[in-house]
Amino acid sequence: MPETGHRPSAAAIRDLAEEHMGREGALLPILHAVQARYGHVPEEALPVIAEVLNLSRAEVQGVVSFYHDFRDAPAGRRVIKVCRAEACQAVGAEALAAQLLERAGIGWGETTPDGALMVEPVYCLGLCACGPAALVDGVPRGRLDAGALEALLNGEGQ
Amino acid sequence: MTRILRIFVSGDGAAKALGADRVAEAFAREMAARGIEAPLIRPGSRGLVYLEPLVEVETDQGRIAYGPVSARDVAALLDGRLESHGLTEKIEALASQTRMTFARCGRIDPLDLAAYEAEGGWRGLEKAMALDPESVVAEMTASGLRGRGGAGFPAGIKWETVRKAEGGQKYIVCNADEGDSGTFADRMLMEGDPFTLIEGMAIAARAVGAGKGYIYLRSEYPDAIRVMREAIGHVRSAGILDRAGLAFDIELRVGAGAYVCGEETALLNSLEGKRGIVRAKPPLPALAGLFGSPTVVNNVLTLAAAPAILADGAESYAGLGAGRSRGTVPVQLSGNVRRGGLYELPFGVTLGALVDEIGGGTASGRPVRAVQVGGPLGAYFGPGDFDLPFTYEDFDAAGGLIGHAGIVVFDDTVDMLKMARFAMEFCAVESCGKCTPCRIGAVRGVETLDRIAAGDEEAVTLLTDLCATMRAGSLCALGGFTPYPVLSALERFPEDFTRRREAAE
Repeated sequence: MPETGHRPSAAAIRDLAEEHMGREGALLPILHAVQARYGHVPEEALPVIAEVLNLSRAEVQGVVSFYHDFRDAPAGRRVIKVCRAEACQAVGAEALAAQLLERAGIGWGETTPDGALMVEPVYCLGLCACGPAALVDGVPRGRLDAGALEALLNGEGQ
Repeated sequence: MTRILRIFVSGDGAAKALGADRVAEAFAREMAARGIEAPLIRPGSRGLVYLEPLVEVETDQGRIAYGPVSARDVAALLDGRLESHGLTEKIEALASQTRMTFARCGRIDPLDLAAYEAEGGWRGLEKAMALDPESVVAEMTASGLRGRGGAGFPAGIKWETVRKAEGGQKYIVCNADEGDSGTFADRMLMEGDPFTLIEGMAIAARAVGAGKGYIYLRSEYPDAIRVMREAIGHVRSAGILDRAGLAFDIELRVGAGAYVCGEETALLNSLEGKRGIVRAKPPLPALAGLFGSPTVVNNVLTLAAAPAILADGAESYAGLGAGRSRGTVPVQLSGNVRRGGLYELPFGVTLGALVDEIGGGTASGRPVRAVQVGGPLGAYFGPGDFDLPFTYEDFDAAGGLIGHAGIVVFDDTVDMLKMARFAMEFCAVESCGKCTPCRIGAVRGVETLDRIAAGDEEAVTLLTDLCATMRAGSLCALGGFTPYPVLSALERFPEDFTRRREAAE
């Protein structure tokens, strides 16, 4: 489980980074490891990673900001990534997403003020023949409708 | 019911997304309650996604298929009160296919090395090790296999370039960044038959003399990541490649949600730990690819086709297909379609046969209005184009592309101006930013389509111009091909681009 509440120490980040030092092109694996541990890539991690890899801080920042997956702030306690790609659109995903966002009172990429729910767009989960699809807390779900999504949010499973 | 020998509950990501894990739990529970003892196997998918979660019950008669099965159905199924589809192999949608790359997918436990070997696994690699590298490449060239990622470049020629290239370290990079909407063939193969991909990469390594391989797998595929990682571990600990006499190691790398990293040079940058920015070509990755070394970059399906080609000979593969599109293609039907799924067929089946006969038309029951072929950068076609044979050349000639062979079906409620706008919006979101036509053009494209939607007739000329610039001036297919869905929507469905103006007047 991500230690989302903790501020990481430089030593902890360094340990994480050094685990991947033997690999070619280690920056992405390191960033994934940091995000898996802390739920996001904290700003204070950047200079430490830069030093370990002998890169400039700007280079590390540039990579973090390039990829949609890396967050600079913790996500909501629950994260729903709704597929917005064409195949899911063909079976009503846009309406489903609009309903979800309205119910939560947030826009794409936002978290509810109480930190309970974050909704992000995702472009294709490979569940194109059983859409609308979403990743609910990292778990793929297909053939969603408003009722199924509500049940998932209430922890009733599918 | 006759004695149950084995039970198969699909463990594919799509099946799991539809509750297959709960079905498997229900089987464990209900079998225990009835004193039934039989192995419960979680294979990948047969590809008939409309039947997922698919359950197969094996008796001495063969495998009987049930689906879609929910956890609530399991007791009835075991008590013989659930209607079946009969023998799985006899289901028309399966029986009519030519499964080569997907021959094992959905039939075996994807992580069972013994099952893989029993079903013909490693025969292709054995053959490759018995041949010299030049002959391996010659087999690939003779098979006529073209890159299945979308570009359709002959695989043998790419391998030959890398084989001849000077360089100490050479790499095999598998592009498993399957970001195109409407495609899931890579995911299905990696989840259902991962050893085939490993074998294909090993054959490529043998052919070109590579020592290291990477699979760049998108983060949106958590199940594929898990299965592929375990499969690599099994092959490594069993020492299979070593015993075959090949010094080759494979590492899995997970992407980070950037569509453009499916473009081969952006992918290489990403593997190197950089921003996924597209590189100008030349130099070709075959000569100066990963870390500047000669590199084979192939899609999952291209590499996964290699074992069957080597094992059964190039002629058997080249004997299928049409024109210069040889072999089989795993067509993926999705969106608003009744029988969505993956169908591996020889090239040459018409678009209409795929959508209407195999796919069964729309899921909503309304008329088909548009189909997008080849992902978000592919053109939209209408029922008037349904006589087009599914080959690289025919789609190219019709102003489209087959891409990764995904077909997304829309019924008559689709708004094609909205889909054209989405294509531009997607390009704007995913542009790597290196070249101006893509970075700026996509943003201007969205604005121009909004003007058209607001009734500005002159903006249509502007859009056509902009598309010409993007097409000719972009560095890669993202900016270069976004005009395909935009212009095809405009050309084939012009009424959607004038309707609002008329409504406004």
